[in-house]
Amino acid sequence: MRRARIAIAATLLVLALAAVAYAQLPSGIARPDNEQNLSTQELGAQLYAGNCASCHGIAGRGVAVPGATRGAGNIKGQGPSLVGVGAQAAHLYLTTGFMPLSNPHEQPWRSRVLFNRRELASLIQYVASLGKGPPIPHPRPETGDVSEGMHLFTSHCAGCHQVAAEGGYVTDARVPLIKEDTPTQIAEAVRVGPYLMPKFSKKYISDRQLNSIIAYLQATKQPRDIGGWGIGHIGPVPEGMVTWFIAAVALIALCVLIGERLRGTV
Amino acid sequence: MIRRAVRFIDTRAGAAPFIKATLRYVFPDHWSFLLGEVALYAFIVLVATGTYLTFFFHPSLADTVYHGTYAPLRGQKMSEAYKSVVDISFHVKAGLLIRQTHHWAANVFVAAIVLHLMRIFFTGAFRKPRELTYIIGILMLFATLLEGYAGYSMVDDLLSGMGLAIGYGVALSLPFVGGNLALLIWGAPYPGDPSFESRLFIAHVFILPVLIGTLIAVHLTLVASRHHTQFRKEKRMTNRRLVGVPTFPGQAPRSLGLMLGVAGILLLLGGLIQINPIWLWGPYHLAQGTNGAQPDWYLGWLIGALRLVPHFDVTIGSYTLVPNPFWGGALFPLIVMGVLLAWPWLERRFSPQRGFHNLLDRPRDAPGRTAFGVAFLLWVFLIFFAGAADRIYLFLGWSYQEQIWIYRGLVWVLPVIAFFVTRSVCRELQAIERVEEVREAAEAEAQAASA
Ligand code: HEC
Ligand code: HEC
Repeated sequence: MRRARIAIAATLLVLALAAVAYAQLPSGIARPDNEQNLSTQELGAQLYAGNCASCHGIAGRGVAVPGATRGAGNIKGQGPSLVGVGAQAAHLYLTTGFMPLSNPHEQPWRSRVLFNRRELASLIQYVASLGKGPPIPHPRPETGDVSEGMHLFTSHCAGCHQVAAEGGYVTDARVPLIKEDTPTQIAEAVRVGPYLMPKFSKKYISDRQLNSIIAYLQATKQPRDIGGWGIGHIGPVPEGMVTWFIAAVALIALCVLIGERLRGTV
Repeated sequence: MIRRAVRFIDTRAGAAPFIKATLRYVFPDHWSFLLGEVALYAFIVLVATGTYLTFFFHPSLADTVYHGTYAPLRGQKMSEAYKSVVDISFHVKAGLLIRQTHHWAANVFVAAIVLHLMRIFFTGAFRKPRELTYIIGILMLFATLLEGYAGYSMVDDLLSGMGLAIGYGVALSLPFVGGNLALLIWGAPYPGDPSFESRLFIAHVFILPVLIGTLIAVHLTLVASRHHTQFRKEKRMTNRRLVGVPTFPGQAPRSLGLMLGVAGILLLLGGLIQINPIWLWGPYHLAQGTNGAQPDWYLGWLIGALRLVPHFDVTIGSYTLVPNPFWGGALFPLIVMGVLLAWPWLERRFSPQRGFHNLLDRPRDAPGRTAFGVAFLLWVFLIFFAGAADRIYLFLGWSYQEQIWIYRGLVWVLPVIAFFVTRSVCRELQAIERVEEVREAAEAEAQAASA
């Protein structure tokens, strides 16, 4: 009896410790102790040194490892140079939770943002100060034209992102859905070209056209499902599954029902 | 009064013997015999809904600009054909319901044919004297695939444009005749002549439906003239003697119920689950595409084959004799069709059983056939499955390239394993049954002796 109680207590203790450890895991970033007392510049530099320098190098000069590039994104070394990428790229990579990456082989993916507001602002400012680069854009999707946006998105982006922005697969990389992105992040992604996505210059897609694309992407967040349940907006694959797993099953059940009805009347 | 009317018709049409024969005609009483009927009713729903759609569909590739209520398309350039389908979806009374029901009915039609074919195959219902019925059924299946392809292709949305580009590639790849054949169908190099749309349309609403309808008529006539097959449930059911439910009062209400049930399920799907939302896809313009595009499920096996066949062309000098799409897009379905068509004769080769077969086998009664059927089905299914490797990557993270290599092996290995496993399971079941029989006989004897 006593032994059982001890065992239960021990189990609970271990679980509690695990919970504490787990709760701390996501904040896997290094913070200076005296954060409040630091100026924005100092905070940015320290956060960078603690969380980014291992891959992006001192003063953002990159950490080159000789040899071939890696992954579908053709990453050189541990991380690319950040000199001249500007606040534009820093804002995109930090506010989407792409960075800090846990492993340079991985494709950056949208995840929970671990920095608080002030930390974000100081890091972005720090990365921007590493070289002259583009600032954070200010798109105005309300001036855009949804239908022009749809046409442009289909021509330039749908091959990777799927026409209803549901994402998909391209040669050994995932393409994310564009459902959570803010207009600013979309504008940044188009200009920066994260991972293997190409970057689109203003000559190729003007700011005005970009506003239209963003307006279209905002519309895709609530697709017009006038036909009923949207089953994912990716077309024939889920439709085939409905055909077999719902329709065919229902029809076979109907056949059995009607067929068995007359059993024994022969 | 009624009697006078009936007599009036009878003296002029001489229909009484025919009606009497019809009413007395017997039907089988196992649920799996209803699958073919399900296909028939799906076809009826297709014709009914399709007719309604033709009132509003404009089979024309002429340029137009959309000015309707759906904002993301307003001001976009598109073909008359695409615009008319958008209008059917947004404006025509019950248009979207009918359109979606039509599309679901098409998906279900082919599924029902496949299920029906499985029943026929695994019970040996195709054997003498029903080979012709069977062959017509197979031809119907392949005509249906073409019919479905023509149907979603003529809408001229983004997906249909991409599907046609693949179809054009496959047509071109046919050795010797490909170039001329593609030109004959498309009228000009891809995307083709404007008259191509009329060809698709007439194929979809006239040539193929009439062909399928005629095949159905012949199929049913043959079924009726040879009568149904039956499982041997009782001693009195033999190759010579037919047991079943008469048309009236047995089968007619049952069929009516089934027809209404099928129509009801299809309408429910059409009303509740969205299918091919072409307003989300947008119109097709040359060289546009979308990630993850797929054909409707019944052509998915061809996409799988196109992806699995390694990339090579058969060339003589600089002349490409057999371009790559030929293997997956043309040869593969021809092989599948050929094997299915030839099966009744292949089987007779291996297990010479002359004579009439009105009694059905249970799958275990013919281990060789059942094993082959399972293996063949698995082969086609695995190739079908490989067509969706990109979805597997997204769900499970397995590298796409590696998957393709693995499928290239599995597609051959698993069916062989399935063949032997199925065959021994069938034999095992047979053996168990024989033991049962012996025991029952012995018990009966013992009982008789003690009584
Ligand atoms: C070659 C394929 C490709 C094309 C073309 C492309 N993208 Fe991307 N895009 C990607 C990939 C891959 C990612 C994921 C990048 C990553 O993992 O960091 C991405 C990411 C994005 C993101 C960030 C999504 C998120 O939340 O993670 C946005 C926004 C975006 N793309 C918009 C666009 C727009 C708009 C266009 C057209 C102008 C476009 N993309 C064209 C492949 C592409
Ligand atoms: C594990 C290594 C790693 C760590 C740690 C890391 N990064 Fe990165 N970073 C990368 C790699 C690899 C890329 C290239 C990804 C790509 O192409 O999308 C990248 C890309 C970037 C880019 C975009 C560069 C460009 O050319 O547009 C920015 C900005 C960035 N990182 C900022 C940061 C910041 C800020 C931190 C610290 C919070 C950080 N990274 C931490 C590996 C890392």
